[in-house]
Parts: sequence; C-alpha cells; structure tokens
Amino acid sequence: MSMFSQNPLMNGPNYSFSETPRVGAPEGAREHRFDPYTDNGGSTLAIAGADFTIMAGDTRTTSGYSINSRFHPKVFKIGGTTADQKDATLVLSVVGFAADGEALKERLDSICKMYRYRHGKPMSVKACAQRLSTILYQKRFFPYYAYAILGGLDEEGKGAVYSYDPVGSYEREQCRAGGAAASLIMPFLDNQVNFKNQFIPGSGEGHALQERERRPLTRQEVEVLVKDAFDGAVERHIEVGDGLQMMVITKEGIEEIILPLKKD
Amino acid sequence: MDHRPQAWGRPRDDIYGAYDGSYLQNSGPKQATQSPVVTGTSVIAIKFADGVVMAADNLASYGSLARFTDVKRLRTFHDNTVIGFGGDVSDMQYLDRLIGEIDIDQEYELEQLPDREAQKSVELMQASNLFTFLRRQMYHQRNEFNPLWNQILVAGFDDEHKPFLASVDLRGTSFTSPSLATGFGAALAQPIMRKYAATDEDAARLTRDQAVDVIKECMKVLFYRDARSLDRYSIAVVTKEGIDLKENEQLEKQSWAFAERIKGYGTQTV
Amino acid sequence: MFRNNYDNDSVTFSPQGRIFQVEYAAEAVKQGSVVVGIASKTHAVLVAIKRNAEELSSYQKKLFPIDEHTGIAIAGLTSDARVLSNFMKQQCLGHRLTYGRNMPIRNLVEQIGSKAQNNTQHYGKRPYGVGLLIAGVDNTGPHLFEFQPSGMTEEMQAFAIGARSQMARTYLERHLDAFQDSSREELITHGLRALKESLVQDRELTVDNTSVGVVGFIKEGEASYKVDPFKVYDGQEVSVFLEKVSDSAEGGAAPAAGGEAEGEGMEVDS
Repeated sequence: MSMFSQNPLMNGPNYSFSETPRVGAPEGAREHRFDPYTDNGGSTLAIAGADFTIMAGDTRTTSGYSINSRFHPKVFKIGGTTADQKDATLVLSVVGFAADGEALKERLDSICKMYRYRHGKPMSVKACAQRLSTILYQKRFFPYYAYAILGGLDEEGKGAVYSYDPVGSYEREQCRAGGAAASLIMPFLDNQVNFKNQFIPGSGEGHALQERERRPLTRQEVEVLVKDAFDGAVERHIEVGDGLQMMVITKEGIEEIILPLKKD
Repeated sequence: MDHRPQAWGRPRDDIYGAYDGSYLQNSGPKQATQSPVVTGTSVIAIKFADGVVMAADNLASYGSLARFTDVKRLRTFHDNTVIGFGGDVSDMQYLDRLIGEIDIDQEYELEQLPDREAQKSVELMQASNLFTFLRRQMYHQRNEFNPLWNQILVAGFDDEHKPFLASVDLRGTSFTSPSLATGFGAALAQPIMRKYAATDEDAARLTRDQAVDVIKECMKVLFYRDARSLDRYSIAVVTKEGIDLKENEQLEKQSWAFAERIKGYGTQTV
Repeated sequence: MFRNNYDNDSVTFSPQGRIFQVEYAAEAVKQGSVVVGIASKTHAVLVAIKRNAEELSSYQKKLFPIDEHTGIAIAGLTSDARVLSNFMKQQCLGHRLTYGRNMPIRNLVEQIGSKAQNNTQHYGKRPYGVGLLIAGVDNTGPHLFEFQPSGMTEEMQAFAIGARSQMARTYLERHLDAFQDSSREELITHGLRALKESLVQDRELTVDNTSVGVVGFIKEGEASYKVDPFKVYDGQEVSVFLEKVSDSAEGGAAPAAGGEAEGEGMEVDS
C-alpha cells in the first residue's frame, strides 16, 4: 500500500519508503527487558524501649554469592542540619535494593532538612513517618524496592518504631526485623521482646497456663538482644555478616555502635 | 510509472516485494540498550598507604570475538581521579565525554579568574565528588529504563584527602571497599587482593610497590582464567603527586605449566 | 516624582548609559538597616542591626542560615531576600546530593549573581530590592562576598551595606590589617564596633536589636579541614559579645571615630 496517504493510489507499481508513519507508540514509551532491581541482602532490626529506640543493621552488601563490601552501612541518621548529622533526631534503616534504599534515604533527608529550615525545629517521628509513607506510595508503580524502618522518640519521649513495605503501608510497632533474615529474627523478637509464648511454669494446664508478665526492656537488655539476634542470623543466612551497626536514640542524642560479626 | 522524485532510485514493490521496515522500529515502543554489545571485561583496584592502583586490560570483545585489542578502559579526570570501566564500551565513551565536559567547565572557571591566588580558591572536584555524580547519573539512567551498561570503579582521594575507591553499576548500586573488582575479577582477583588488604588499616600498611605487584599478579590470574581477556593492559597509580598511567603494559613472567595438569572438566581423567 | 523618561523599566538605557530601575533597587538596599561582614583566616562573621516597625512588633530577621557552611546577611526588602535565601538553600542541597560536598561559596554566589542579572535584562521583571553579604567556608578557607541587586558580586575582606553603612566601612578600612589574624571573638568585636559606628545618636546595640552569625574553618593536617557550622546568635546569646563593646568596657573610645562623621548629615535611620 502506498505509505503516503496524501498521494492518490495508483495502478502502477508502488514503492516503499522508509519514512513510514509512526503509529501506536506513545511518545517516550519504552519496551523493557532490563531488570532494574537486584537484592543486595543484609538484615535490619529495630526495637523501641520506654525512653529509647535501637536501630540496627549488618554492614555486608552482596550480589548473588559475591560480597561486594564488608562495610556498607544501611542505618542512617536523618534530618540533621549538617552533613555529619550531629544534631539529627531520627534514624532510618533500609534493606533490599541498596540503590533504591540510598535514594530513599537522601530524599527523606532533604525533606527533613527543608522542614527544619522552614519551621526552625526538627520533624517529629510521627510526621516523618507519614511523609515517608507518601514518598513510597508516590512510586507505587515503580516502587523503591526497599524495606524501611524509621525510628526515633515520640512527642512524649517514648521510643517509636515505624515499619514499611516497599509501597508505603506502615504501622507503629514495638519491634520489627527487616530484610534477608527477617523471617529468622522476627519470631525471636516476638518471644523475647513481646514475651510471646512465655508462661509461668506450673501455673496450670493448657489454656489455664498463665502468661509471663510483660515488662519493658532496658537499654542494656535490648543491646544484648540485638547482638544475639544478629549472631543467630549470621549462622543461618549467607547474606548477613561482617559487621553490626547499632544506633541508640535517647533524649541525649544518637549514639552509634559498631561491633564485629562473623565474616564467613 | 511513478515519476515523482521521491520514487527515483527506489526498488519496485512488484519486483522486489515491499520493503520490510519493521526492524527499523517505526512503530511499537522505543528500545533502549537491552544488552551490552562491545564489552570490556574485569577492572581491578586496590588501595595502599598513599593512593590507589587500578588496572584493566586493553581488550574490547564482541561476544566471544576479540574485536578491538587496543581500547583504553582506564580514563583520567583532572589529574586526581582514575575511572575504570567494565561492560559496554560505547556507554563508557558516552560517560567519558560527560565527565570530560565537567572537567572542561572546571578548567574554564579556573582560567577565568584573574590570578593564581583566586585560582587556588576554586574547589576542585575530588574522586569522591565525581563518584557521587556518576552514581547519580547511573541511577538516573536506570530509572529511565535506559541503563548505561557498565560497572565502574573510581579511584583517587576523598574530601579529607584519604585514598578513595568505590564502585557503581548499571543499576546505580554503589559501595566502597579497600579493594574492588568488576566482572570475573570479583570472583578471581578479589580473594587475592583481600589477602593483602582485608581492611582499610591493612591497605594503609601496603607500599606502592606491594600494591602494584598484587595488581599485576591478579591481572595474570585473570588472563589465565578469563577467556575474554588480554595480556596487554593499562595500569594507573593515583597519589597526591598525580596519576601515573601506563596504557601499554605486557603481562610478564607468565607460566602456563599449570595448564598441562588440566584434564577437562569433571569426567575426563586421562 | 519622575526623574526622567528612562526609568519605567529595567531594560531601557538612559542616554547617559544608565539603567535607573537598577539604581533605584540599589537605593532600596540603603533603606535597610546596616549589616557588617568580616573574614579572617579562620572565620567569617556577619553582624546586623535588626529593626522593628513599631514598639509592639517583633524585629525583622537579618541573618539567614543557608547550609552548614554558609549564611547570609540582608539589607533591603526582606521578602526578596527570602526568595534568594530559599534559592541558595536549594542550590546547596542539590549540590550536596549530586557531588557529595559543600557547595563552593564562589559558585553559589555566581548563581545568585546571574539570577539577579537576569531580572535586569527582561521586560516586565524587576531587580531584587536587596543586597546581601554572604559568609561561608570551603576548603580554601573562609570567604565573604557582597551581592548587589544589579547582579554584581565581589569577594571582600570586610564590608558593610545598608543605611549609614559608610561609617562602618570607614571603621573597617582603618582596621583592615587586624582582621586576617583575628580570633573568632575579636572578629565579632570588630564587627560590632563597626556596627556601632553606623548607629544614630542615642541608639545602642541591645540584645533585642543585634544579630551575630559565625562560620568557622578548622584546619586538620595539610589539606584537610572541618566546618564549624554557621550559627546565628540572637537575644540573650549576644549579650556576651555586646559586653565587650559596651561604652563602659571601651572607656568611651567608640564615639571618637564616629564623631567627625556625624557632621555629614546622613539621613536618619528611622
């Protein structure tokens, strides 16, 4: 067929022209076979106490069976006024696809910085948590492939942990594990932090068994718990190891602790 | 007969059949790079007491064909940074142009200033700053589904003027380590380098000569085992004094004695 | 009211080659209360007099932090300054995101310079009615820049802009040699003394009407440095600085320098 609709259709032979009309494809649409995601392994953990929050993550980053780096932090201070985040009040941990995680951190940090600049005070955890959810959901159809946990102290000074899925569903929790070894650590946390399935010995039979009384954990207890959780995860998951990074958020500020983990 | 000028010299459809323009992608979605075409193999680098050593061979392969045997895959930036490219060579050339422009802008700013004193007051970009830029560029392109098909190593110094070495790939994933390797090097060279520099403290005890020797040893191992490699390679040493880049090194003291003992894979025993 | 026919917009030259709208904008700077800036080898300080429209109102802000390594002092229309301040903040944030470093001060100042120049060359736009002093540090040390509504920017060792600022500049010129090696406290004291020179008789520096901003440069090793972040002191925080320049502390020395200038009949700072 004649490619030129404006020309009369002729009885003689036709000629092909490379200037074929572009149809169908909307401008800028791209076919994609390239997979934009990878999993960089690693695990994170956050526990809220009565007047503190501890955020932790291992420092290994992997692709497949290779260890890319033995020291690549995934727990970040957020919203300080300076580059070294000395006066930050919030902590974000990200695990999953590292590049998305880092991009997410940088975006949230910029937003917190602008908030602080405009309002003259740091963002509350509650407000930041809501904002983070919005950021994630805005990319609902090309998500940040990162499991984020946000930690800080709430308006009453109590420890606060907010956990997210990659598209922005979030809730406030007492504790949460994320990433490669989440399924290994979370049941341990249920048992040790929320005293799930702990009963007073000899207090009865079956349903009559009395639950062990629940009490908030101290900072020292939680620090040991975090180390134990990661030591366990390192044994059973190849993508977890090398180093343990812990951020302890109290009203005095944020303390960073780095401990060694097994490097095998 | 159609005498319109547009038809001059065109093959007639009744004789040759209509021209099949489908491969020209005139309809359907636009395609970005789906896979690399002409590629470079491993890049390896290690930090030492007062700088970084990096090396890559001079081969650009077209699949299994050793297509270009004189391609320089280590590029420099403003006398203080070396960038090593693995992966697609055309994407490497694009990135090289991009950072070349930044360097030119930077030089131009210097030239515009009236005197040496003012020139000194311009902050030059360090390797760490250029790396942040590259990381952003790579991540941006992956967000557009139009990735630059490379894994890149950047060597030089950071803002605190300590040795700096970092890697970024086509998805924008980035990390730093005392030693780094792309492609096959990650499996073959990295374990050797980690023996000498497992931590930054270890690396800070390595001398320049030791670091160069480790890199040369690794290049040899890579040439033995990587089928897409070459015995001609480039090696660069970045120190505060500047960059020492040699682009036509030959692998020395090869020994293929080990090859005699290799008897196929798995079942072959005689 | 009209000086001539050539001042209706900022794109028309007068036959004498002047652009009156730009000159009027420069007048707006002189309406603003005075701000002083000084740079030494280790610090850059900004000091300012704040004004309140009436007794019942609060004092108008004069110092704005931009990023950890830089801040500005303004004289003129505060609302215009806020636009520039926001722009500068965004630029610094963007620069940090792309290059992972503090934005070089000269770079930042050139950005607002071209932004302001643009307003003087397009019909329907108006120049910014504000002048700035920009204090900041980068890896070459502390810097002080002046910015004018025309888009002109210039690096200064010490400078003052705003109402009756000539007296402050005279003070700064007389003590220029002392600034380079001054400590942080000495620099602030010099700044406040310069500020005092510009005061109308019977007015004083008080904790309510004085603002002080400081940014520092801490050298670590031969090439490495740390930023002592830009900090603004207001209210009771400035009392320590004010004590050093109170008339009793200075033994009545302050009016001596200003005495001769009073006869010039400068317009009264309302």
